[in-house]
Amino acid sequence: MGYTSKFRVWRGDDTDGGLVDFEVEVNEGEVVLDIVHRLQATEAPDLAVRWNCKAGKCGSCSAEVNGRPRLMCMTRMSTFSQDEVVTVTPLRAFPVIKDLVTDVSFNYQKAREIPSFAPPVGVEPGDYRMQQVDVQRSQEFRKCIECFLCQNTCHVIRDHEENKEAFAGPRYFIRLAELDMHPLDVKDRRRGAQEEHGLGMCNITKCCTDVCPEHIHITDNAIIPMKERVADVKYDPLKRILLKITSRDD
Amino acid sequence: MSVNAPGRAKIDAKTLRTDAWWLQPAITAAVLLSFIVYATWRAFEDKFYFVNELNPGGKVDLISPFYSPCLASHCVSGSSMLGQPIGSWWTLSPALLILVFPLGFRFTCYYYRKAYFRSFWLSPPACAVAEPHTKYTGETRFPLLVNNLHRYFFYIGLVFNALLTIDAFIAFRGVQGGFHMSVGTVVLLLNATFLWLYSLSCHSCRHAMGGRLNHFSKHPVRYRMWTWISRLNTHHPKFAWISLIGVALADYYVRCISAGTFTDILFF
Ligand code: SF4
Ligand code: SF4
Ligand code: FES
Ligand code: FES
Repeated sequence: MGYTSKFRVWRGDDTDGGLVDFEVEVNEGEVVLDIVHRLQATEAPDLAVRWNCKAGKCGSCSAEVNGRPRLMCMTRMSTFSQDEVVTVTPLRAFPVIKDLVTDVSFNYQKAREIPSFAPPVGVEPGDYRMQQVDVQRSQEFRKCIECFLCQNTCHVIRDHEENKEAFAGPRYFIRLAELDMHPLDVKDRRRGAQEEHGLGMCNITKCCTDVCPEHIHITDNAIIPMKERVADVKYDPLKRILLKITSRDD
Repeated sequence: MSVNAPGRAKIDAKTLRTDAWWLQPAITAAVLLSFIVYATWRAFEDKFYFVNELNPGGKVDLISPFYSPCLASHCVSGSSMLGQPIGSWWTLSPALLILVFPLGFRFTCYYYRKAYFRSFWLSPPACAVAEPHTKYTGETRFPLLVNNLHRYFFYIGLVFNALLTIDAFIAFRGVQGGFHMSVGTVVLLLNATFLWLYSLSCHSCRHAMGGRLNHFSKHPVRYRMWTWISRLNTHHPKFAWISLIGVALADYYVRCISAGTFTDILFF
């Protein structure tokens, strides 16, 4: 029960490019990545695309399908009507290398800027002991497959290239939250989140959460809790005084 | 700079989305604007906010949530639960004295921030739709930096919830005394309930209850509370809308009874 679909694929490189029309066969059960592969096998053998697992777990095949940031391997053709034109473009927040392949090294740069896990002094790897209730929040963030769809969609950098330097992005806010909530991490990450990683630039409009293929509650469970933790140390004078008076530490 | 920064794939369209991405922000803007217009009109109206034995259609004492607590000297007699500490120099509507608190609570609410940043400020109007601004600093500067004080508005909001709950209970006492129940009492009680659900599902509440802890295992009670609030928290947007519309409807009901548009219906 195949049909012929109208496909528009962005082709080009960092100097120029545009949308190219194709008519291509689609069979039942196929996903967008299958169609891109069919184009490679037929009309466009030099079409560049990055992929690995075809199972939504490697995070390589991120692109934009009809303007929506998605994993190509997880976007079923059955979600489009048969006469709909399906437009596939590379991620629009990162420099393009060729066709559907972008240079996502911005994200690796940001990953390096986050101070790594800091266990208490004297506790060696292998001696880490913690309770499930204490790590469960951090575990949600470990589901991340680093597809960078959230980074690509976040308007703070998507619409403002100049913010890239100051803004770590949602994927790294969940990393900060993961570590700050971790029962064995002793480093205080609250001030850094605001002052070095740009948490304050996020206006919690939730697009990162909307596009995350792992359904991580990026905004509700990481960004907002981190904003509250930042407020504890930076914007809550009453709490500081109260903690002083009762000589309690937070 | 925009989504067409140098080096990126050259695509002129601000978005290639083909769905009705503008619908959600348009609805949000319409509802919020209607509320703002209604609330402003009512806040300045300075009458029809209280029902007692002088109202022919009134069966029980009712006060509009926009006007409680009524703190100015010219508040209608009987409407000032907390007395009239403001004195007579205040000649404008008494609603204006207090509305800044619930307004501030909602303005700094994490959910409403999403709502107005998307629908009014269009940053962004919808996901993967380019915003119109050339510069963007988010919530890093005044005035938006004030959003970080949300928890203070949350605490004040709790006081208001308590007062409005008391108003609802006072309403069960009929204008002639005794224990009565009318549509008006139910309206005030529902309004208070929605406001409690909205406040308790607040992200600052979730944080205060236990979100700020790193070792849940050492605080079993707070962990329990955090779990409970977290469950409510996932419904926060819903409660935000229900309570917003609820408070306007409650006010409108009181206004109708007070102005004699129709009569409160007494159940017993
Ligand atoms: S919620 Fe914040 S981090 Fe996520 S997309 Fe929106 S602005 Fe970016
Ligand atoms: S948080 Fe979600 S959207 Fe972001 S990189 Fe990880 S899996 Fe992808
Ligand atoms: S190919 Fe691995 S996520 Fe799509
Ligand atoms: S009231 Fe909405 S987050 Fe606090």
